[in-house]
Amino acid sequence: MSTDQLRAAVAAGALASEALHRSLLQSIVETARAIFSAKASSIFLLDEETDELVFEAVVGAGADALLGKRFPADTGIAGWVLVTRQPLVVEDVQGDPRFARDAAEATGYVPKGLMAVPLLHEERALGVLSVLDRPKDVRFSLREMDLLTMFAAQASVALELLQRGRRIRAILDGGGVDELATLARVSEHFEQLPEGRREAGLRLLKELDRVLRT
Amino acid sequence: MAEPEREPDAEEPEELPAWSLPADAAAGIRVQLGWPAALDREWAFGGATGAGARVCILDSGIEVDHPLVGEVQQSWAVSIDEDDVAHVDPDDIGDKCGHGTACAGIVRSLAPDAELVSVRVIGEGYKGSGRVLLAGLRWAIEQGFDVVNMSLSTTKKELATLLHELADDAYFRRTALVASAHNMPVESYPWRFSSVISVGSHEDPDPFVLYYNPSPPVEFFARGLEIDVAWLGGTTLRCTGNSFATPHVSGLCALVLSKHPELTPFQLKSVLTLIATNVSAAA
Repeated sequence: MSTDQLRAAVAAGALASEALHRSLLQSIVETARAIFSAKASSIFLLDEETDELVFEAVVGAGADALLGKRFPADTGIAGWVLVTRQPLVVEDVQGDPRFARDAAEATGYVPKGLMAVPLLHEERALGVLSVLDRPKDVRFSLREMDLLTMFAAQASVALELLQRGRRIRAILDGGGVDELATLARVSEHFEQLPEGRREAGLRLLKELDRVLRT
Repeated sequence: MAEPEREPDAEEPEELPAWSLPADAAAGIRVQLGWPAALDREWAFGGATGAGARVCILDSGIEVDHPLVGEVQQSWAVSIDEDDVAHVDPDDIGDKCGHGTACAGIVRSLAPDAELVSVRVIGEGYKGSGRVLLAGLRWAIEQGFDVVNMSLSTTKKELATLLHELADDAYFRRTALVASAHNMPVESYPWRFSSVISVGSHEDPDPFVLYYNPSPPVEFFARGLEIDVAWLGGTTLRCTGNSFATPHVSGLCALVLSKHPELTPFQLKSVLTLIATNVSAAA
């Protein structure tokens, strides 16, 4: 396989995974909204470089316009959830000093109540899942908190995969980045080995794979 | 109920066995607790107000003069200077988040006469560092508080070993470390250590309802759903979560220790188990 072919193969995988992971995130917010009979639900991704939260999946009022919108990561209840790494349920946001009214108005939808939960992968906080305006007559219980954290576990995996895919794309787009170039060269050399040395080369690669995995 | 009686000093063994218990040493470590056959809440904290118990709130500080908190006996703040040295200084900032004030108000509501000491390890916007947390906890243990309320945890694995050592240190120095379990099923510390009293939430509105959990790592469940807690500016805020269940247990511990100051954290945990709503005392 030539370097170009390898690049194309990895790129195809990264591109396909981007679309799949986005639809998984979208499906998570849609299911969350339906299960909680809520008005809206969103998944925010933390952009660590700019310290911003980005709307990565949205269902509910103004969903299309919100995708990709950004705000500072310490804003409002989502920001609080991100910093504390704890879920938070607020039945009346007007009475809660942590609620950022300006930021909510900027999205075109100001909720009355919300639930938010951090999306964690190992020691990292990847983002926040929020569910806005459950029906008023349904009293909040700890079961709902448990349910919300189960959705969060799913969303965290999807978000982590999305980020990995994007990192691969960044490497591809950047071109000439060491890791991929080295891998591509190794692959190229391997392809060019004469028949007698291929078996030894394969053993070496397998051993390298084993060492890197441990 | 009879108050527990301590053995007269003269009968205490001069040298306690440390690493093993030879057959002839067993009599030397006899512990006369004076517990009734059926230990109940009346024995545990009946008539107690928390007087004499010292409770440290390791959190975001405590707002001064909040009507639900009342007098805060001491306030301290932990900081790390440019040379990486930790300092614990008297603090007059109070609370910039509300979280510590909420915890203090809950302890006060259960144990009105307990001494409250604030140690601020979390700053504005709920931001804190692992070093500050460790320094604050270390200092609190050195002060010999009866109870340290930790309605916070860290997911940083590199802090786990140090926190574990501090938790054990507190345990052996007779400081009950009462720590919030994470609200999600994730690994965080120090609540997972067996030397602390870990707390999750139940839904009963009664602040004295306490459940012992026979399936740890969360060991106890206390009131944690929709509580009107003390918040900044003399206000209240309706909150849910283990952060607010934990000070209910700290308040209970203060009550028990104000009546039975001789109890070690191990014994205190046993008392909590025996008075738990779901545990029936042996007849």
